[in-house]
Amino acid sequence: MTHLTNFELFLLLSVLKVAVVLVILLLAVAYTVLLERKLLARMQNRWGPSRVGPFGLLQPLVDGAKSFLKEDMNPLAAERPLFILAPIIALGCALISVAVVPFGAVTRVHGVDLFQIANVNIGLLVILGITSIGVYGITLSGWSSNNKYSLLGSLRSTAQVISYELALGLSLVGVVLRAQSLNLRTIVNSQSAHGALSWNIFGGFQIVAFFIYLMAAFAETNRAPFDLPEAENELVAGYHTEYSSMKFAMFFMAEYANMITVSCVATLLFFGGASSPFGHIFNDFFNTPVLNAVFPVCWFVAKVFAFLALYIWVRGTLPRFRYDQLMSFGWKFLLPLAMANIIVTSFVIAMRG
Amino acid sequence: MQLALFIIFGALALGGALNLLLQRHPIHSALSLVVVMMSLAVLYWSLGAEFLAAAQVIVYSGAIMVLFVFVIMLLNAGTEQRTRGSRAAYAVGIPGAAAIFCLLSFVFLSERGALKSSNIGGDLSSATDNIAEVSAMLFTKQLLPFEVTSILILVAILGAVVLARKEQ
Amino acid sequence: MVPTAYYLILAAMLFSIGIAAFLIKRNVITIFISIELMLNAVNLTFVAFAHMWHQVSGQIFVFFVMVVAAAEAAVGLAIIISIYRTRQTLNVDEIDLMKS
Repeated sequence: MTHLTNFELFLLLSVLKVAVVLVILLLAVAYTVLLERKLLARMQNRWGPSRVGPFGLLQPLVDGAKSFLKEDMNPLAAERPLFILAPIIALGCALISVAVVPFGAVTRVHGVDLFQIANVNIGLLVILGITSIGVYGITLSGWSSNNKYSLLGSLRSTAQVISYELALGLSLVGVVLRAQSLNLRTIVNSQSAHGALSWNIFGGFQIVAFFIYLMAAFAETNRAPFDLPEAENELVAGYHTEYSSMKFAMFFMAEYANMITVSCVATLLFFGGASSPFGHIFNDFFNTPVLNAVFPVCWFVAKVFAFLALYIWVRGTLPRFRYDQLMSFGWKFLLPLAMANIIVTSFVIAMRG
Repeated sequence: MQLALFIIFGALALGGALNLLLQRHPIHSALSLVVVMMSLAVLYWSLGAEFLAAAQVIVYSGAIMVLFVFVIMLLNAGTEQRTRGSRAAYAVGIPGAAAIFCLLSFVFLSERGALKSSNIGGDLSSATDNIAEVSAMLFTKQLLPFEVTSILILVAILGAVVLARKEQ
Repeated sequence: MVPTAYYLILAAMLFSIGIAAFLIKRNVITIFISIELMLNAVNLTFVAFAHMWHQVSGQIFVFFVMVVAAAEAAVGLAIIISIYRTRQTLNVDEIDLMKS
């Protein structure tokens, strides 16, 4: 290691970090699918996948192999370049945004932070930006497949995502006001003073913002109860009707990767990120460097999985909205509520300061 | 580093712009403009304007261009056909644009002295807190223009609703 | 480190391409898109100068340009939709009711 320059070391560690995070994220995506199938099955009094491997644990691998081996069909009337580009955009954008998420406490090895790929000054805006680029994947897929169901699904989805992006962005302003920064690390640190009591959702009184964020995030990821773009009883399968094999799998993975990203953001902004809910009470007991690095990551993963479970629970519980209900809910209820939340939060902060 | 970023993303922006010019279908033009905007966002970031870079991605490519693509899809706009007007436009447009480019670059190059041949570009790692600076300016000195733009946006929303509404 | 002139010339290129596209294109939406390209080119010069003089005023200006562009896009696209509704075409050569 001694003959490497600092820059080379940085490059090597960064590439390694990116590779590891990518592999873990893809695995997490695969197993979220399994988790969803298992949980939904239990909610509906079924077993769910249980044949492949113990408790069906190898099911995601088999599913992946299956979608690789299926025939990849291209409709004749499809617009070839965009038809291929669309799933790439969707999956790419879903995977990129994890780059700014801090998974754990600051742990430096040779000056490189192990648990965050890039500590960007405007981390929150980066995530919002990448999410807004992800819309193109859905939009283009619907247009390029040259199919009216796809087109309707993607038009719906575009309108829905743009509308709910406003509420989503505004709901985060309260958190940013409290942390006075857009850096995700700083936002997490601003909530780590007294464990769960200083998390934004409890101590920060951002519970309204969290509610808005949750609703908007469901709509943003096209999940039930807002899964209008792929409502199967109206639109066959929505924007990915014409897609088969690996291209379909990419859309599928993009949806779950988006769910994971959204859960990560919720964890970071409202639930204290990688900090423990007990604050610093138990710090004296486990004070070895390795444990200090590992515990925060475990907390982070646990919180993210709690969110994913919530997603699945909601899907198993709530019926789908009608389209006009969806729009009026977003514009007439969530948006004014988000603005009111900003005003109240800034007043309180101004009073205190 | 700075130069490499400039060359890569400048070339990308230029390629996107040329593609915009050459493509016949509006949706391809719109997507090439998205490429231009994204590469400009990177250039902004390399110039220390990180807030603008984010705003460029979120507002321009994430909202405005999506709206364009949405309308193109909604109206099902096809490839444009050549007409008499378009031939005249070719005859005027390309020389005109070339002339304007020559004029602009002549001015820029001849004013090199005023530019002090200054080299710009901060390093990306030690970013200053650009957002704080911008917002302080925006909410103190430029408060009136800021409020006026918000009224402008409100008027634009109302106008769009009135225009796009179906006639009773 | 890049000379300021490079940024300016890149912006000039983008701007002229925008003008060419504005003149050549016959589709209203594409014409509108090339206006956005020109606005972007000008924004680049603003940011470059803002960085050169170490002031944020240029960035504030770009911010305002973005806001105005958003408003313009909303109204403009609404106009295009209503044109399409009455004329069933997007070709500027055919939208000439006032002329003949």
